[in-house]
Amino acid sequence: MKKKILALVLLILTSLSSTAEGEEGYVLQKAPIDLYNKASLQKGAKLFVNYCMGCHSLEHQRYNRMARDIGLTDAQVKENLIFTDAKVGELMRNSMPKSDAKRWFGVAPPDLSLIARARGVDYLYTYLQTFYLDPTRPFGVNNAVFPNVGMPHAIWELQGWQKPVYESGSSKSGGDNKVISGFELVEPGQMSTPEFKEAIADLVNFLAYVGEPIQLERQRIGVWVVLFLFLASVVFYLLKKEYWKDIH
Amino acid sequence: MSNTQGTTGLIGWIDERFPLTKSIREHLTEYYAPKNFNFWYFFGSLALLVLVNQILTGIWLTMNYKPSASEAFASVEYIMRDVNWGWLIRYMHSTGASAFFIMVYLHMYRALIYGSHKKPRELLWIFGVVIFLCLMAEAFMGYLLPWGQMSYWGAQVIINLFSALPVIGQDLSVWIRGDYVISDATLNRFFSLHVIALPLVLIGLVFVHILALHEVGSNNPDGLEIKKLRDNKGIPLDGIPFHPYYTVKDLFGVVVFLLFFAVVVFFTPEMGGYFLEHPNFDPADSLKTPLHIAPVWYFTPFYAMLRAVPSFAGTQVWGVLVMAAAIFILFFLPWLDRSSVRSIRYRGWSFKLILTAFLVSFLILGYLGALPTTPARTTMAQFCTIIYFAFFFLLPVLPVFEKTKSVPERVTWK
Repeated sequence: MKKKILALVLLILTSLSSTAEGEEGYVLQKAPIDLYNKASLQKGAKLFVNYCMGCHSLEHQRYNRMARDIGLTDAQVKENLIFTDAKVGELMRNSMPKSDAKRWFGVAPPDLSLIARARGVDYLYTYLQTFYLDPTRPFGVNNAVFPNVGMPHAIWELQGWQKPVYESGSSKSGGDNKVISGFELVEPGQMSTPEFKEAIADLVNFLAYVGEPIQLERQRIGVWVVLFLFLASVVFYLLKKEYWKDIH
Repeated sequence: MSNTQGTTGLIGWIDERFPLTKSIREHLTEYYAPKNFNFWYFFGSLALLVLVNQILTGIWLTMNYKPSASEAFASVEYIMRDVNWGWLIRYMHSTGASAFFIMVYLHMYRALIYGSHKKPRELLWIFGVVIFLCLMAEAFMGYLLPWGQMSYWGAQVIINLFSALPVIGQDLSVWIRGDYVISDATLNRFFSLHVIALPLVLIGLVFVHILALHEVGSNNPDGLEIKKLRDNKGIPLDGIPFHPYYTVKDLFGVVVFLLFFAVVVFFTPEMGGYFLEHPNFDPADSLKTPLHIAPVWYFTPFYAMLRAVPSFAGTQVWGVLVMAAAIFILFFLPWLDRSSVRSIRYRGWSFKLILTAFLVSFLILGYLGALPTTPARTTMAQFCTIIYFAFFFLLPVLPVFEKTKSVPERVTWK
């Protein structure tokens, strides 16, 4: 009887957990996030200001906060990472007017301060590696994770150009459906594929930091808070026991 | 110099003018609570603790938050990044919101299993349900303030529910929003209600809730009335003074609660997207509807019921009515439950069965309400909605065949 009930419950659960059709199916790769790796964060910051910041701002992040957190001095940031006339204590804005941006790309490129928290790091890590040639799109590229994205392949110089390799599978609805199973490099960039993968890891690592600059500090403090509360709970338990020993 | 309380000095001076010692005695040192409270009795005092947490952190958040559509989102990030300890205050507030509902749901379930809503505690229960309603409104309005995508579209969906009402619906929803869509006007009034009106009402309600509790006395896991058996001084035989016994016990509960609370605040403040939803890190955009709009977890059971009810006779008002009924039926619980036995310990299997079915259906509804719909899920939600209501309709007829156990004279230590 119990087994039957269990089987029924499992059956119901599986029927409920099957996802709605039409959800994008490209499998996300796990991003190797390590916020303690300051070299990686610095490389990520460099990539960001060079390749992303023309269009995407980090309007909630200050240059000097970034400097302090990723192990740079204000002078280093001023010299290497600020391309505008911004002061080091200012927010990392860019100079592209939103109205122009909207005209050029269809949608204004979003601010990326919180993108790692909104989309998740695995999404970003995979998204940035899966731009592929597609002549039907305005910029000649499409993306496996974000189909028909409005963004051009901003880092093609580094990655080069790749075309998709399809695996002909049938979709759930039964129709003929081409599924992207991988990519083939048709024109190499400045980096080899493993180098590029590492660069993207650095960039996503940096965005993960920017999403919540306090996170390492938060965890560091948290260890002490939890330890204190654990000891306090023992003390308060003994106190309660002491008071309650005459209650029967 | 002395007075009716027998106090002297400064305290005596105060007692002649203000019921200080009298109140302390009536509500703490000479308020007799049953001695057999168990695990389930922590959640009332913990809910009160979370209320204090919400008020204090809320006051500090208000110092830097800007209730304007163009500044709200950025001001929250300003708090998170530039305000000293702002991140901690914000996470304590956002985690506190979820913790409040966890405490209140457990507190309500306690009342259900031990029959704490029954005579003479009907009014105590009703105050509690009003607190629950008020808390839902408070949480709903608070959720708009960060002005993220889910704040915006969640509010849009819920306020649109009012427009399903016949005749007055459209005008009513415009009146609530102060605009035809969620806008700066909506944000401003929600801010006002969230930080002033509703907290005031909540505090007042909690006050009368406790006043009513101290008038009738606490129920206990055996469902016995401890006031029936008293010693020669008139003190209940099974009662112990709230202070110091339950103050030290509740303090222990507070520390254990804070331990769990701190783990969430410091290590997983988003709680996997349940306490802080991922799409809410995108600023509100009135032109970009998210693919899937899900309310925060504490509303999902009711949201699942809303979606489960099909539109009928050309209107979707039925879902709204069912959802409202699911909450308002709680008011009638003391009169629907007609068994003479309070505690689940001495009730028959039939009560345990329908209570379990009720609990499971509520949990499944909560799970379903967070997911996009599929036909299978909708069927399941419809089934669970029926079970949810069946619980309330079976309660009155239960005593006809329910075999209850004999209730002991004195409380037990189980």
